[in-house]
Amino acid sequence: MIHTIFGRLDLSSLSLWRAIQDPTVSELVAAGAATAVLLGALVTVSLLTWFRLWGPLWRDWLTSVDHKRIGIMYCALALIMLARGVIEGVLMRTQQAFGLHGGFLTPDHFSQLFSTHGTIMIFFVAMPFIAGVINYVMPLQIGARDMAFPVMNQISLGLTATGAALVMISLVLGKFATGGWANYPPYTGSDFQPGPGPDYWIWSIVLAGIGTTLSGINFAVTLYKERAPGMTFLRMPIFCWTVICTSIIMIFALPPLTVAALMLAADRYLDFHFFTNDLGGNMMNYVNLFWLFGHPEVYLLVIPAYGIFSEVISTFSGKRIYGYMSMVYATMSIAVLSFCVWLHHFFTMGQSANINAAFGIASMAIAVPTGIKVYNWMATIFRGRVRMTVPMIYATGFFYLFVIGGLSGVMLANPVISYQVHNTLFLVAHFHNVIIPGVLFGLLAGYHYWFPKAFGFRLNEGWGRAAAYLWIAGFSFTFLPLYWLGLHGMPRRSATFSDPAFQPTLWLALFGAVLILAALTCLAVQLWVSIRDRDSLTVPLGDPWDGRSLEWSIPSPPPEYNFAMQPQVAARDDFAEAKTKSRAYTEPEEYEDIEMPNNTAIGMIICVCATLFGLALVFWMWWLAALSFLAIVLSITLPTFLTETTHVIPAAKIAAEHRAWLDKVKDASAVDRLEETQESNLGRALLERPTRIEAAE
Amino acid sequence: MKDPDHRSEARLYLAGFGLALTLTLIPFALVHWALLQGRTLAITIAVLAIAQIVVHLRFFLHIDLSRQKREDLQLILFTVMLLAIMALGTLWIMGNLATRM
Amino acid sequence: MSEHNLHPGLNLGARHGAAHEGAETILFGFWIFLMSDLVIFGLVFASYLTVANPTGAAGGPGPAEAFDLRSVFAQTVILLSSSLTFGFATLAMRHETGRRSIASWLIVTLFLGIGFLAMELRDFAHMIDVGAVPSRSGFWSAFWGLVPLHGVHVTVGCLWIVVMLIQLATLGLIPVVKMRVLRLGLYWHFLDLIWVGIFSIVYLGGQMR
Ligand code: HEM
Ligand SMILES: [Cu+2]
Repeated sequence: MIHTIFGRLDLSSLSLWRAIQDPTVSELVAAGAATAVLLGALVTVSLLTWFRLWGPLWRDWLTSVDHKRIGIMYCALALIMLARGVIEGVLMRTQQAFGLHGGFLTPDHFSQLFSTHGTIMIFFVAMPFIAGVINYVMPLQIGARDMAFPVMNQISLGLTATGAALVMISLVLGKFATGGWANYPPYTGSDFQPGPGPDYWIWSIVLAGIGTTLSGINFAVTLYKERAPGMTFLRMPIFCWTVICTSIIMIFALPPLTVAALMLAADRYLDFHFFTNDLGGNMMNYVNLFWLFGHPEVYLLVIPAYGIFSEVISTFSGKRIYGYMSMVYATMSIAVLSFCVWLHHFFTMGQSANINAAFGIASMAIAVPTGIKVYNWMATIFRGRVRMTVPMIYATGFFYLFVIGGLSGVMLANPVISYQVHNTLFLVAHFHNVIIPGVLFGLLAGYHYWFPKAFGFRLNEGWGRAAAYLWIAGFSFTFLPLYWLGLHGMPRRSATFSDPAFQPTLWLALFGAVLILAALTCLAVQLWVSIRDRDSLTVPLGDPWDGRSLEWSIPSPPPEYNFAMQPQVAARDDFAEAKTKSRAYTEPEEYEDIEMPNNTAIGMIICVCATLFGLALVFWMWWLAALSFLAIVLSITLPTFLTETTHVIPAAKIAAEHRAWLDKVKDASAVDRLEETQESNLGRALLERPTRIEAAE
Repeated sequence: MKDPDHRSEARLYLAGFGLALTLTLIPFALVHWALLQGRTLAITIAVLAIAQIVVHLRFFLHIDLSRQKREDLQLILFTVMLLAIMALGTLWIMGNLATRM
Repeated sequence: MSEHNLHPGLNLGARHGAAHEGAETILFGFWIFLMSDLVIFGLVFASYLTVANPTGAAGGPGPAEAFDLRSVFAQTVILLSSSLTFGFATLAMRHETGRRSIASWLIVTLFLGIGFLAMELRDFAHMIDVGAVPSRSGFWSAFWGLVPLHGVHVTVGCLWIVVMLIQLATLGLIPVVKMRVLRLGLYWHFLDLIWVGIFSIVYLGGQMR
């Protein structure tokens, strides 16, 4: 009876209980993490109750289908998960620093740490952060009112949150997988890991992956069908081009992951033999399928970061992007090439040298379009009106460090070298070297750049600078030494080591990790300080950086309907041109009613049901799995019977809001770029050198 | 079916159905009566299957080469390209590995 | 179709107004979804082919012992006919011959779909009898990963038809319902396309060795 209800969930699944039974350091650390999750949840719930925020939270956020709010929620999710991921990273660095013949964590616990760290950082930090920025920015840049499918957008968010929730729950109930972020069988098959760990991985990845595929469809259709009149493809900001490429990858590269994970699930649950050792299974096909996803995935992450840097660099250099067309071609070719190189992740699996050579050459080819981009960015800065604001500090760090990461990538694309350093810390150094300065710096730059758009006030500059410098230094100290360690043969994913020569370098890496922790703290303090001082940082007029694309042509924060009237786009960098030709800030002859989608609870319902569904499968509670699956099906089907799904915002209301804002813009004094980060910047930019800002085309 | 347009469109569907049925019958017949063997058979089946897929696309899914809107066709061709890279790559790699065990 | 095609698939035609326009975005999105699904099928096909050999079979029963080509042929014809009848349903909608005729074509399609599933299930039962089960070998795992995946899609399609029949009755031929029938049509024809791959590669290909 108890087994029917609770499946294989029992007391020993509770990490707190395990720590009471067996109070070793490793178990205590795990119990501490579980306590932190529980306390965090408790504190959040009580704060929300105390300040009576449940209502607003539900009405304004959780049930909202506004792409801007959904974008912000994605970013919030990513930042929370980033905190956990960084703490795990630092914990691993600490273990390894003390790991000469020992350390304080058990190997099993260490394996869990790198598995959750990798899974979280890729799927629940980088991906949601990117989805968040795209959600927020892309519709504004193309002059759209919302995504093409707003409700589906909410469902995507719900499914991403489901995956993140499952990983968080695994701290309290049961244990996460120990098979790394790629979760290779047969080690993760039921013969070797009968427990719930790999199942947590499978269901969090599959459910979140479905959400990502739907996001990709949504982004692509929005870009194809919702552009404002005059916004031709070749007038779109580079960021939007990178979103096209990322959606291509979301649509076509997530399926291999889904296939691989579901096949693994079939092996584990239904006694299939896709990847088992015996009876004709072929575990090498898992590796193949996983990297068919895995390599495009890293470009899914970095391409939008390229887009963010393009926007940031062109804005803070006061110039249009250099080599627009070559940027477009380079981005597109990277996206397509990213589907042709997956084998470089398993050069050592045993296929013939010819195959290795073919994929090695294809991999090196990616350096060409990437190089083009780097030169374009540098040419954009050249003779620009450059301001070293926080996003530009990240961009500078990106230039130096990302190029190092890219070069070590070209080295790894050579099968001969790969054979030598495969599975060593050299690889760990390489991918952190592209992911942190590339993806994470890009996202943090975007966070500073668009934050004033989203919330109507700038982020504190001083703390932001401190965080940026600490990230750059912290990254360099943590990861550059790992190249050396890897070249000298220290394997990755190992809790301990036996060669005392590695000791000093690992201490250096730990020092770097502490700097990263400090950087994270600065980011938190900055957010706190900025919210506290928001009155002196306010930029309601909407254009604090002398922006160039449409999102800067509207108030900050933008109204629900984004644009009071549909923009008519006449040029690339349309807002920059509009400002020089004095067609910015004009009042339309006539305002029109705007139809907007209604709030809905579907996304939240699916999120809750899918989390229950995942948990039920992990712990074999079949009745709950069936029930929650049914609930998901019903919550998708039943709302299709509703026909009233939109509401109309009357033209009079829009006119009043828009005119009030226009009046404020007219009254405000425009500030020049020297005052950009000062209190006098209310978001109206002074035209500095109108003669030099030529229109594109 | 009063509408003449309606009737002519229905006739197109029937034509598609007839073609598809023929393209189904042939390979089944070839296999059932063992009319062809080995490689020739495999290639014939593959060609007929591709032909039938084209028939379905043309007559049931209305993908054609008219100049008006090419987004659909481009999307399909792009997908086929990526799928070909992934699926043929998989066969290449796994096939090669199988010969080296 | 002489008039301007806004999107792939059967266009409703300009006289359908909002539904015709709205379908442009929604159908494009649905096509992308189908293409993503196509990649899923494509990779499962590729995985199937990688184990369609003696190593994959691991000494278990081979395809020739477990497949019944006559039944597969019947299933093929049924599914093909259902594509035709669905086509007639969309034509009825496009030319506004009334809810009843749309619904009747949909019902015919539904019965063909159910017939297909029934025959497929009977085949599966036979396979289980001869020991061609997924736990037997990598080859049968791949088979059971591929063909039932299509079957599940058809089941979803049948349920979708039922929902559309209910909505035709309760909501009537409003634009959203029309757009849903259009999408269902794309889905249904797409499944028939996948089936061409299945009977060619799995069933006919399996007979060759
Ligand atoms: C911010 C500070 C970070 C630190 C201190 C850190 C540290 C580490 C460490 C110590 C490992 C284990 C290395 C080993 O296998 O021996 C690791 C693995 C990994 N990290 Fe990080 N990391 C950080 C950020 C990130 C970020 C931002 C990402 C991606 C967005 C990331 C993705 C990964 C992945 C995918 C693995 C591999 C996991 C596996 O072995 O399966 N890390 N990291
Ligand atoms: Cu790669």
